[in-house]
Amino acid sequence: MITINAVGDVCPIPVIKTRKAIGELNGSGRIEVLVDNETAVRNVTKMAESSGAVVSSQKLEEGKYRVNITIEAGAEAGSGRITEETECECKTETVVQKHAIVVVSSDKMGEGDDELGHILMKSFLFAVTQLDELPEKMIFYNGGAKLTVEDSPALEDLKSLAEQGVEIMTCGTCLDFYGIKEKLAVGTVTNMYSIVEAVQQAEKVIRP
Amino acid sequence: MIQTLDFFTPVVDDPYLFGQISAANALSDVYAMGGVPKLALNIVCFPNCLDVEILGEILRGGADKVKEAGAVLAGGHSVQDDEPKYGLSVTGFVHPDKVYKNSGCRPGDVLILTKQIGSGVVNTAVKAQMASQEAAQESARVMASLNRKAGEAAAAYTVHACTDVTGFGLLGHCAEMAKAGNVTLDISVGDVAYLKEAKDYARMGLVPAGAYRNREFVQPDLDDGNIEEVYLDLLCDPQTSGGLLFSVPEAEAAGLLSDLRGRKIETEVSVIGRVLEKQEKLIRLR
Repeated sequence: MITINAVGDVCPIPVIKTRKAIGELNGSGRIEVLVDNETAVRNVTKMAESSGAVVSSQKLEEGKYRVNITIEAGAEAGSGRITEETECECKTETVVQKHAIVVVSSDKMGEGDDELGHILMKSFLFAVTQLDELPEKMIFYNGGAKLTVEDSPALEDLKSLAEQGVEIMTCGTCLDFYGIKEKLAVGTVTNMYSIVEAVQQAEKVIRP
Repeated sequence: MIQTLDFFTPVVDDPYLFGQISAANALSDVYAMGGVPKLALNIVCFPNCLDVEILGEILRGGADKVKEAGAVLAGGHSVQDDEPKYGLSVTGFVHPDKVYKNSGCRPGDVLILTKQIGSGVVNTAVKAQMASQEAAQESARVMASLNRKAGEAAAAYTVHACTDVTGFGLLGHCAEMAKAGNVTLDISVGDVAYLKEAKDYARMGLVPAGAYRNREFVQPDLDDGNIEEVYLDLLCDPQTSGGLLFSVPEAEAAGLLSDLRGRKIETEVSVIGRVLEKQEKLIRLR
């Protein structure tokens, strides 16, 4: 069973999370969604029912509700079109998971000697690859943008993180500023809107 | 003289479009009273940290709508605020005997709505990044569309009652109209025009909290005829810059309808039902 904690999330985030979880079930299984308001209960119920699920819900206590979703193998989605969209949605990854994100704003770590700063940063990024629980996203801006391009000392580590599903994002304005946009070698280009959104939605923000 | 004021936070990402929508919404109050807007003043809240060009675009959108309305934009006032907000205070004129009220519905009247509904649901889908581009564009276009032509068309007919459909949703505004006129409104849910894909999004649970609040508000006055849930969600969906709802004598309904359509209104006009003698409930759906 998948448990989704959507307590504290405002509409339509609980629906987005549920939709993603249904997509991850691969056809059948159970999902439990925890929410803190009735609008979310009703909307999550609608989302699940439109995917062919059997849904029930309970009020656990004041401001806490549980929606139970069961999808049997071979359940028909309410409409084929919705199923298609679900798949498409998963690819675009708009789904919010409150995991840790790493924000890198310089190619050096800490204040002091620059050479030491470069070494520390390379070492920090290597250490990230060794974490048991990888961050969901890593965001590089200003001087940090120099770390995701060709010739970056940390390129191999970052590529390995990307292969393991960590989303590597580099500020496009910064790449332009330093004239290294063509050299981007790992991850994607992002903008300030996405950066702010990612930081706002993260459960934990790690800064070297 | 009519004096109105309305402003709100962005409902779309594009600042120019937001300016147009907010201005169309503020101007709509004057049209809903049968008036003609003459003068408008900007109301602006804007954060220091945002690019001032964005503000320029919002104001340009608003100014274009005021111009389209034939009114004069005479200035305004701005304050620093964390979240951008924009709107207008509008002064309009109307002959005192021709002010539309929401209280004049008479049994036998036909109800005509001048815009599609569902903007709250579609905006929620846009926020969830689940809306198709076509649906988002249609919704934005409908919200930005001015109620001027609808107001002008109606001027030649007997309008027993009129309101603009906004935050209380179609049913919330219907309930007010029915209560004020001491009648029952009979709404044919299949005849109401809905925004593209709004039904799909409502079925997926992309329903704003306001729709549920509106529904709770009207529920005691509602004979819902066991219609499908999705229609209730959309009929209660809070609208941004919604259309005008006219209650007109049956004999004039066809004329007004063809006149509205003849003016090439960019939105979908629909006959959504009729007015009945007061029954147990204020609204009957079927």
